[in-house]
Amino acid sequence: FQHCPNKLRILLKFAVEGSMNSTSTHFVPPRRVGIYEPLHQFGMWGETFKNNIGNGGDMNTPSHIIIPNNQKLDNNNLSEDTSHGTGGTPHTFDQEASTSRHPDKIQRRLAQNREAARKSRLRKKAYVQQLETSRLKLIHLEQELDRARQQGFYVGNGIDTNSLSFSEPMNPGIAAFEMEYGHWFQEQNKQICELRTVLQGQVSDVELRLLVENGMKHYFDLFRMKSAAAKADVFFVMSGMWRTSSERFFLWIGGFRPSDLLKVLLPHFDVMTDQQILDVCNLRQSCQQAEDALSQGMEKLQHTLADCVAGGRLGEGSYIPQVNSAMERLEALVSFVNQADHLRHETLQQMHRILTTRQAARGLLALGEYFQRLRALSSSWATRHRELT
Amino acid sequence: MDKVLRMSSEKGVVIFSKSSCCLSYAVQVLFQDLGVSPKIHEIDKDPECREIEKALMKLGCSKPVPAVFIGGKLVGSTNEINFSPHTEFARGISKNATKLSQSFK
Repeated sequence: FQHCPNKLRILLKFAVEGSMNSTSTHFVPPRRVGIYEPLHQFGMWGETFKNNIGNGGDMNTPSHIIIPNNQKLDNNNLSEDTSHGTGGTPHTFDQEASTSRHPDKIQRRLAQNREAARKSRLRKKAYVQQLETSRLKLIHLEQELDRARQQGFYVGNGIDTNSLSFSEPMNPGIAAFEMEYGHWFQEQNKQICELRTVLQGQVSDVELRLLVENGMKHYFDLFRMKSAAAKADVFFVMSGMWRTSSERFFLWIGGFRPSDLLKVLLPHFDVMTDQQILDVCNLRQSCQQAEDALSQGMEKLQHTLADCVAGGRLGEGSYIPQVNSAMERLEALVSFVNQADHLRHETLQQMHRILTTRQAARGLLALGEYFQRLRALSSSWATRHRELT
Repeated sequence: MDKVLRMSSEKGVVIFSKSSCCLSYAVQVLFQDLGVSPKIHEIDKDPECREIEKALMKLGCSKPVPAVFIGGKLVGSTNEINFSPHTEFARGISKNATKLSQSFK
């Protein structure tokens, strides 16, 4: 606080009082600053001001705090900072004119320069200390994110937890998807819990049908979301970036493989009629045929894309000559993702048709729990890995 | 348009595709898996490719390829049918397709 020039001191004081009265509209903190302590801790304001000075606007920086910029500071405090050069010209003239006749003035000038230099060094030291604090905070935040992930909350992958570098500005379509998925994820956990509770007791078929309808609709919502995300960034969806590592291990064109899932779930239904068993087996076979066809299409796509990228002459440092056709191939990838999701959608629909309401409810519960276990496996593996190192 | 209609009735199952389209390739694989041998027209090898594309779009395809005709009738592009396992529609199609392609042999 002592290092801040007068004008800044006044501004900061106003800011603190303003925020406490909550009538001032000038210094409204951005929502992201919710991660910091309450505003009336003055140290925070100093920090957020300093962090914003000359900042290029990375994603963790509060961006709509009004900042007095450095230039203004210097101009307002010429009496202290004449050695900084910007406001120096008129004074140097004075200096030259007065040197020969007023040696006292030289001494005063030199003293002021020393003072300004000292203050500059102190400001720099304060700034560096604040940078260090921010860095530590960031590490702490990343650890908290990791912990949250382990506890089963969905935390977006937009934040790179392996380094302290700020990611490039995120694709808005993907940012939107991750937010929506966060909500979807929590809703999914709620639905699974509800199914489990309800199936343990007595429940009417009517109520069960409603739960099953909701469960189905919930999956269909996810496919819709994925379709939009695929248009925004198909690689994000293809790589299953929003899923845990173990889920990604089983990934097939951006999601689960329907025939595998049927294989997993089949033994978990209650007594099935012969017709039901036949229908499910036929469904599994159709799935496998469709998956096989899509997989072969994907292989062909990979080969043609590789050929595209390798086209022309390699080894001369030139960019690929057929950029347009390569981009077209990637557009085709979006179609594949949509087809795969359509297949998943259809599989779920068909299962709903084949099974009774009660069986469908158990199926949804089993499906949900399967993925929960898979996610838990990811966490267990990650922690085991840490304990070893 | 006439050309398209003529081509689409040449055989029980006709698929319009492009040699560069991998999804069309997937459709072909699927029909082969179902035991059907469709007639495949790679329209990018046809000099009248643009007109054929326009005609297919006019007939109702959201994307010109892959377009599947069974018994001369368009059964939509892939979104609707080909990869739907076991809907009544798909079952009916594969039954019809087998019957029709056999009758055309």
